[in-house]
Amino acid sequence: MEDSTLVEIKNLTVWYRVYGGLLRVLDGVNLSVARGQKVGIVGETGCGKTTTVKAILRILPKNAVVPEGTIMFQGRNVLKMRGRELQELRGQGIAMVFQDPTAALNPVFTIGQQIMEVIKYARPGGKAKEWREMAVRALKEAALPDPERLMENYPFQLSGGMRQRVCIAMALATARTLLIADEPTTNLDVTIQDQVLRLVRRLVEEKGTSLILITHSLGVAREMTDLVYVMYAGTMVEVAQTDELFDNPLHPYTLGLLQSIPKLTGGGVTQGIAGRIPDYANPPPGCRFAPRCDQAMPICSERKPALFDAGGGHQVACWRFAAGGEAVA
Amino acid sequence: MADSAKWRERLGRAWYKFSRNRLSVVGLVLVVGIILLALLAPVVVPYPEHAGAFVDYANANLPPSRTYLFGTDVFGRDIFSRTIFAFRGALIMAIGVLVTVVPLGSFLGLVAGYFKGTRLEAFIMRITDVFLALPPLILALAICAMLRPTLFNSMMAVCVSWWPWYTRLVYGMARSVRSEFYVLAAEVAGASKAHILFREILPNCMAPIFTKMALDVGWVILVGAGLSFVGLGEQPPTPALGTMVSDGAKYLPHLWWNSVFPAIAIMVMVLSFNLLGDGIRDMLAREEA
Amino acid sequence: MRLGVKRLPDDGLLEVRDLKKYFPTKRKGVFVRAVDGVSFRLKRGEVLGLVGESGSGKSTTAYTILGVYEPTAGQILFKGQDISTGLARRPLALKKEIQIVFQDPGTSLNPSRTIGQILGVPLAVHRIGTRAERQQRIAELLRLVELPVDFMYKYPRAIGGGERQMVAIARALATNPSLVVLDEPTSALDVSVQAKIINMLMKLQRELHLTYLFISHDLSLMRNVATRVAVMYLGKICEEASTPELFANPLHPYTQMLLSSIPVVSKAEEATKPKRIRSTGEIPSPVDVPPGCGFHPRCPFRTEACSREEPAMREVEEGHFVRCHLLGAGVPGDGQIH
Repeated sequence: MEDSTLVEIKNLTVWYRVYGGLLRVLDGVNLSVARGQKVGIVGETGCGKTTTVKAILRILPKNAVVPEGTIMFQGRNVLKMRGRELQELRGQGIAMVFQDPTAALNPVFTIGQQIMEVIKYARPGGKAKEWREMAVRALKEAALPDPERLMENYPFQLSGGMRQRVCIAMALATARTLLIADEPTTNLDVTIQDQVLRLVRRLVEEKGTSLILITHSLGVAREMTDLVYVMYAGTMVEVAQTDELFDNPLHPYTLGLLQSIPKLTGGGVTQGIAGRIPDYANPPPGCRFAPRCDQAMPICSERKPALFDAGGGHQVACWRFAAGGEAVA
Repeated sequence: MADSAKWRERLGRAWYKFSRNRLSVVGLVLVVGIILLALLAPVVVPYPEHAGAFVDYANANLPPSRTYLFGTDVFGRDIFSRTIFAFRGALIMAIGVLVTVVPLGSFLGLVAGYFKGTRLEAFIMRITDVFLALPPLILALAICAMLRPTLFNSMMAVCVSWWPWYTRLVYGMARSVRSEFYVLAAEVAGASKAHILFREILPNCMAPIFTKMALDVGWVILVGAGLSFVGLGEQPPTPALGTMVSDGAKYLPHLWWNSVFPAIAIMVMVLSFNLLGDGIRDMLAREEA
Repeated sequence: MRLGVKRLPDDGLLEVRDLKKYFPTKRKGVFVRAVDGVSFRLKRGEVLGLVGESGSGKSTTAYTILGVYEPTAGQILFKGQDISTGLARRPLALKKEIQIVFQDPGTSLNPSRTIGQILGVPLAVHRIGTRAERQQRIAELLRLVELPVDFMYKYPRAIGGGERQMVAIARALATNPSLVVLDEPTSALDVSVQAKIINMLMKLQRELHLTYLFISHDLSLMRNVATRVAVMYLGKICEEASTPELFANPLHPYTQMLLSSIPVVSKAEEATKPKRIRSTGEIPSPVDVPPGCGFHPRCPFRTEACSREEPAMREVEEGHFVRCHLLGAGVPGDGQIH
């Protein structure tokens, strides 16, 4: 098990320095990704999904501090990496696909130039002709029509869906061990989302690349991943194999989220989850979900729950499951 | 209670954003100093009577010393006193110009931006473009040359060449704000044009207007100094920075203090207002999410 | 849960007949055919879901009804009165009747004005009450959407996204409109917040007997809120039916493609998705509309006729209209909509 682990985040804590104090955004995040595994991080706006990813890539803004935690990538601590190592991490180890493909592509260069640039960065020794061949192959793999012509196109000549597919092709043009996709289909229509998601899944499966998929949509996570982390207010509240999570959700937040989603089978819309995400400058002590939780107990507002094992690798950060899977009344 | 706390909070945040750049604070201190010196000139200056038609040939052309900080000019007047008094004209110029130009230029820009795609827009913006094509100093020179040289007339001349910048600025802002959904919401509700222009659009154009104003104070002073340098501003014996530089230039290099100190004064004024302007821009910038 | 709808004797509120909205492009004689012949009826107390992807023309349809755009052709009848003009030529009284909630409350509330000022605009415009009465009414509106009354002194940025959308809803209701256009009112919000907004909208609809034209890209949401759903593609309605009927028996290949593309969270939902079709291709530009059926380039069941001839809207079952050649043969009545 141990040597198959690609990413291992332990107790990651991230604060942002702002006017009037600190925003305690990430509060002891644990995350583990095995080689070839597809992992989803699901949570709503402001839950810290993107901060987690930025920490992995070491692209946190200047006012961020990491007082605690380790991020091991292929056995090395990313937080301790410097210059050259970091360049290798971003240029060769981890690929990234962003939410907005329009912002991710430079409008003044052709698709070909941009993909070749990425390839050049990953394998500096090669020849221009090789780079070009690799770029065309990458576009072909992404099932993009007429790749030779596409190489000469500028981003504005493509639709949003095409641009995102180009970004995915670019990310996986060279061999990578990990692909991080941050809300890759949020700006796309549902039929295009379906195509893009299928593409990502096919490519990572073919290449054996690990995937971290950041999404606010439980449905997308269910279709795309093997393992799901549910994140709330800078903490991981629930982790389970995807099927297990959707068959047997345990954390009150996960339950609330699932109930909030309008179902294709009808049945109306529930009330949602009362309240809103806590103020990071002054987060509640104990469980960060406690103020919104309809099942909160006295202990919830006093002590932070650890991730308790609910059996079969299903973990829940909730005091109700403190005694090894049995709810403590 | 809650209100005063909120205001303190807001002021604190504004100061935090403003003061993150130390140079902005330097600019603020200098600007406050300049304004205080100008206001209190008769009190703080060693020889207030030197700011007028005063002659003391016995003490003419003295280099900087304890008694005459910046030295004396050919008439024996204290250059330090005259420089401080000259701040007044420079500031009056800047304030007068901006008070006229900002509302006028902004209003035209607002109207042109809101009525985009109409003939009114085309009319306003083409005139604006014509004025923008002429460098402000040259245009002001040409206008001044036709009028009697007074401070008021030079202000008028600068105004004529300055309003189009505000029209352009507000035009661009208004054009983009115009397509915001809150403007559409007001239109759907049936709100009047005046309401939409002044209540919905204008308040959202204020931040860049204030920033530009703060930065412009320095530039207007510079243009004013330029005009008085060629004799088209405040007339002697009232001190004007530009006039002092040009008069002193005749005696360069040996009586250097005649023009160097007023020139430094111009530089310091322009620089201080620009630093302050940068700070105001930082302060008014929307926080990034 | 479907919402009970009171049927009044004369229950037609809005009728749109063959509505077209073309926008000129830089090239002469070339138009963006955003809305290209849309017809539907909206009864009092109904929630009609107008569903489609970006570029389908659903928002343009809504904005033309609202008067933001002048229709290129066709008619809009509101309470039997022809209102096929732009806002500038509509009487003030009509603007009281038709209101809108925009997609993103972050951009639909003026950041420089307080909530109270924002809610006061429609009241002042329509001269509702005295100044003091308006203040009362603003407080009432805030209570209506279950927000604290002291919110009227706050600026939009000081409150949450869901609360902002509640304010936008309150503004839309300020003048007691009979028709409210909801333009993707929850698509910028998180699901837990969306649930609250939707509940509020449905509660208000019941209590105030409102009629909604609900623009959305989200079929799952429409399943739960709409009484009827019309699916739009490339400026035309391709299928329209009552909500249970549409989801139980989706007939147009595009509706099936949409349904099959939705990511769902349970096996029960999975089972309702059509299996015989998978999403391929992209919606063409409305500048370059394909000949025949607009959907034929993406349709796996296309026949030769599809690229040649535009299918007409047919009523295949009572109240279930489909625009597809595949369903043309053998259907009695050949009933064109309206």
